[in-house]
Amino acid sequence: MPGKTYVQATINGEHTDFLCEPRQSLLEVLRDVIGLTGTKEGCNDGNCGACTIILDGRIVTPCLVLAVEAEGKEMTTIEGIANGSTLHPIQQSFLENAALQCGICTPGFIVATKALLDENPNPTEYEIRFWLANNLCRCTGYDKIIRAVQDAATTMQEAKA
Amino acid sequence: MHWIDYVNPHSVREATELLAEHGESARILAGGTDLLVLLRGGTMDNVNLVVDGKSIPELNEVTYDPQAGLTLGAAVPCYKIYNNQAVAHAYPGLIDTASLIGGTQIQGRATLGGNLCNAAPSGDSIPAMIALSGVANIAGPSGNRSVPVEDFCTAPRQTVLKRGEMLVSLHFPPPVPNSGARYLRFIPRNEMDIAVAGAGVSVVLDNGTIKSARVSLASVAPTPLFVKEAGEALVGMPATEESVRIASGLARDAARPITDMRGTIEYRKHLCEVLTRRALLTAIERAKEA
Repeated sequence: MPGKTYVQATINGEHTDFLCEPRQSLLEVLRDVIGLTGTKEGCNDGNCGACTIILDGRIVTPCLVLAVEAEGKEMTTIEGIANGSTLHPIQQSFLENAALQCGICTPGFIVATKALLDENPNPTEYEIRFWLANNLCRCTGYDKIIRAVQDAATTMQEAKA
Repeated sequence: MHWIDYVNPHSVREATELLAEHGESARILAGGTDLLVLLRGGTMDNVNLVVDGKSIPELNEVTYDPQAGLTLGAAVPCYKIYNNQAVAHAYPGLIDTASLIGGTQIQGRATLGGNLCNAAPSGDSIPAMIALSGVANIAGPSGNRSVPVEDFCTAPRQTVLKRGEMLVSLHFPPPVPNSGARYLRFIPRNEMDIAVAGAGVSVVLDNGTIKSARVSLASVAPTPLFVKEAGEALVGMPATEESVRIASGLARDAARPITDMRGTIEYRKHLCEVLTRRALLTAIERAKEA
């Protein structure tokens, strides 16, 4: 049985290297090897979106990415969203709108929202709902999440103006 | 997951040599949205080599030329298709399907090439590609060959690919003037589900008359189904709802679905009629605007 593979990548702006087995998912390595446990494991088959990260500019579910595929790639996890101890406006907005209860889905929603607002700073409710359709939440009923995204978009637009 | 090895070849030749050497125990990886689930699910315990196709230039190609048509590498993810303005403008029928497979995260990885090679009867992109007269470009140890998309899937999860062969790209002829296409599926929710039935269609108009048409169905046979007779019945007919109803009736008759948790035989046959009719009417509208 062959050994582990050496992988180099950029995670949240920092050069990172790790050893992994080719069968290990990127999710498993982020959590169990690198220790970035903010990324949550839900379904482990791409349905729930709890593990959403940004990989080379696009949101993906790292449960469906092999860690060896991350060689040379850039990624942002939930740990890369806040600026030090200052919450990102999206995080602040999720708090203020009570857009979470148990919190397991929240990192995935926040990362997915970050990617949405980077690409489309002023999305319609319809666009928000479809963009976030790959993120499941069993607590909130989604409406508070949608309002949090809308509020965050407004705050970020005003900050830019 | 059981132990696997991973290789990342940089040429088609390297990849086909690996596939020829390892046969059934090797699989090509593109977006991984089906493959990694299957590997983890215990249905592919014989597979111990994953050959990543994403570093092979031909598999990443997106080339559109109004004369030559569209060449789409087998490893191009959905978002790169619908974010490409030229492709989105020329092939709205392809965008219908690229933008409804999974959600945003899945579309960041999933590929039409993978959807075809996965050969699920419900593969959403396959009827859309059949309607657009797509051709699968295959490379293998004994050279290259091309197979129309409608002949690619041979049974559930079975394809025409032989030992050592791989899908390199998909080719679509250039859209002719006054043509339109549409893919529609029925699922019980708004997004993120497997088609109970789906219909991919295309039409070419000539002054209000249908010059040619193609109809294909998802989820109602062991493979995505090309309903040649439904398209042929429209040739020379006026582009009206009355004509469209004849073709959608033929689509319903051609469907041979099973009853399962997603729907009954009767329900699925009914859906084939409705989806084909609605898809054809939209395709005709698109053809008038084209």
